[in-house]
Amino acid sequence: MAKVLMKGNEAIAEAAIRAGCRHYFGYPITPQTELAAYMAKRMPKIGGVFLQAESEIAAINMVYGVAATGRRVMTSSSSPGVSLKQEGISYIAGSDLPALIVNVQRGGPGLGGIQPSQSDYFQATKGGGHGDYHLIVVAPSSVQEMADLTALAFDLSDKYRVPSMLLADGTIGQMMEPVELPEPEAPEFTEKPWAVTGTRLQRPHHIVNSLYLVPEELEKKNFERFETYRQIEQAEVRYEAFRMEDAEYCVVAFGIAARVAKNAIAAARKEGIKVGLIRPITLWPFPKKALAEAAAHCKAFLSVELSMGQMIEDVKLSIDCRRPVSLCNRAGGMIPSPDEVLDSIRSLSRRDKPCLSADGQGPSLQQTGGAAQ
Amino acid sequence: MIVFEKPKSLTDAELHYCPGCTHGIIHRLVAEAIDSLGIEGNTIGVAPVGCAVMAYNYFACDMVEAAHGRAPAMATGIKRSLPDRIVFTYQGDGDLASIGMAETVHAATRNENITVIFVNNAIYGMTGGQMAPTSLPGQVTQTSPYGRDVLTAGYPVKVAELLSSLDGPEFIARVAVNNVKNVKNAKKVIEKAFRNQIDGKGFSLVEVISACPTNWGMTPQKALDWIDEKMIPYYPLGVYKDKSASAGAGSARPQNGQEVQP
Amino acid sequence: MTTQILIAGFGGQGILFAGKFLANKGLLEGRQLSWLPSYGPEMRGGTANCSVVLSDEPVGSPIVNKPDVLIVMNLPSLDKYEDAVVPGGTIFVDSTLIGRKVRRTDVRAFYLPATQLAQQNGISSLANMIMLGKVLRECDFTGFDNIEDAVRSVVSAKHADLFEVNLKALKLGYES
Repeated sequence: MAKVLMKGNEAIAEAAIRAGCRHYFGYPITPQTELAAYMAKRMPKIGGVFLQAESEIAAINMVYGVAATGRRVMTSSSSPGVSLKQEGISYIAGSDLPALIVNVQRGGPGLGGIQPSQSDYFQATKGGGHGDYHLIVVAPSSVQEMADLTALAFDLSDKYRVPSMLLADGTIGQMMEPVELPEPEAPEFTEKPWAVTGTRLQRPHHIVNSLYLVPEELEKKNFERFETYRQIEQAEVRYEAFRMEDAEYCVVAFGIAARVAKNAIAAARKEGIKVGLIRPITLWPFPKKALAEAAAHCKAFLSVELSMGQMIEDVKLSIDCRRPVSLCNRAGGMIPSPDEVLDSIRSLSRRDKPCLSADGQGPSLQQTGGAAQ
Repeated sequence: MIVFEKPKSLTDAELHYCPGCTHGIIHRLVAEAIDSLGIEGNTIGVAPVGCAVMAYNYFACDMVEAAHGRAPAMATGIKRSLPDRIVFTYQGDGDLASIGMAETVHAATRNENITVIFVNNAIYGMTGGQMAPTSLPGQVTQTSPYGRDVLTAGYPVKVAELLSSLDGPEFIARVAVNNVKNVKNAKKVIEKAFRNQIDGKGFSLVEVISACPTNWGMTPQKALDWIDEKMIPYYPLGVYKDKSASAGAGSARPQNGQEVQP
Repeated sequence: MTTQILIAGFGGQGILFAGKFLANKGLLEGRQLSWLPSYGPEMRGGTANCSVVLSDEPVGSPIVNKPDVLIVMNLPSLDKYEDAVVPGGTIFVDSTLIGRKVRRTDVRAFYLPATQLAQQNGISSLANMIMLGKVLRECDFTGFDNIEDAVRSVVSAKHADLFEVNLKALKLGYES
């Protein structure tokens, strides 16, 4: 198919429709509203359902309802709205249902701002709501990936009966790039063996439920679910290794931060610094093994984030703190410039004392982690 | 000749409700409606959080367990996914009229084609007897130990009256299950609320005034009497809205004890 | 080759539309590209800006911090972005709305009374496209060919009547 120019938010919507999703529930919030608007326009024309819910809470519970019937369903929001959805997400996870939740992140906490951010990393990758659970979390870095990872997120969610989250940010959501969309999939309704669709008096009733008052039973459900999570960690890690072959330093960044990091890496390479990038495409499961392998030949790591430093914890855990890990970050809707990342890379290579920028505006560079050096 | 048997759409599971609780009667009325309309195999029920949380074990149709107050939203999702199935929610007063008020009002105003069974017993039963949005003025509960003071705790929410002020919903009625006459009427009204959905008419809610002897601190008989003496005067029974019947004539306030003619 | 373009002005001046035209032109030429708008309250009367990157390689950051080409349609935008332009870069100024000259001496600067030209030619909402016509003449990152197809991709079918006037504006700028 020919490439078309699309906004990231619209690419998610079109890719979801092409992946057979016919049910969308949402509530307006910047910077993801184009997604809802796209669905509002398209769904009625293809026999699908678009419903603007009374709240984020209602929207996620409508998702819970459709998911219980075994059909592909999604909602989307931005950070404050995703906080509201956490209750429903926990129930969906606790009922082992597939669904897609999109978070086009903006700065926080609280009402925060509307500019891009990655400060919901903890919320997305560590559970987010109450209880022991994970979401499958994919992090697109281009408009093409907004489309591709939407389809992947649906597929993985169906395969493992684990809700998935597409964690984007305002930049990727708002930008346009050429994108090649997959051929549409017919929304085949194959009845899931666990779904509530009416017994037709042909089978015992199905119950979609997350309540287990007997602790032994609830523990067993948790153990079973974590066995599934282990399978996902084995089979579904995705990442991009960029110029890592001979790298002595490793930048770790996802989403828009990885795009900026690539510019900085190109500039650093011109200065003779052997630096590469590991870009997690799945944030959960996290590419632990790739980082551990990088630690064998990299002297230091740099986590580039649009937050006060959240993913950096997973970087340190992945390499067992065997190498120093620094942070180059902006927060509150700010994005580090390639120059700021380049400075941080230079600092790594000079093994300079960690420093904060003098004007307090620039990225902070904190050296943390192992004492291997 | 069988003169009495369990409705087919109830399972054999033993109900966990307290002695004298009228949830059992209401479960039965819902099951009888499902049986008499022949819709069990086509029905999906949504259980609440509250005393009826384990209703999913008692109804023989497919069941889901919603988050607290979110049953109408979840039912909306199910109905939009499977429009030819019959979808009902079974909710208590805390669930429907407090934490889930937004979901209730908006499902009603969308005239979502679902059936809502709303059990109003003026108290939070499962958590041990706290003040509900429908607790009466002066009613003593664990969290209103000196009686519900309307100056600080506000007034009870009259759900049937409130929802009947909306243009959206098809059918809003209030019934009680404290005596034979009221139970027989409740049965007819609940069946109508399901038939409305089959006929594609839209949102039908039946508020059922119910007894909670355990948390009211009364004997079962005293609790049934208290419904007559205190609850029904505050929450008059009757049909509050019936769009098809009134055909645009607006919603007249019913007289106490008015019966529905299905 | 990678060209980083920043277009800036007030909301309502067609800043994002101008960027879309360049992005679509890049797409028609089979190039790698990104288009990134500022978003939020500035769309409603404040300053708006738009980053466009055209490249022969995959585009890294879509955020233009150091433009090769800066197109400004109000004074605050010139004040804000003048210093960010790379040495040897190019600045296009709508001289109807911006009274001052570019202070930098290590960049090329072009002044075009685009808003006035637009008004005089009865296309008062298309100063943006007049500016772009000038850009296409003075810069070599893309040519003046294919402009019909690029305009067709940004003017929606609903507003097909706008096709001719956009072409007219581009030509007006190109010939100025």
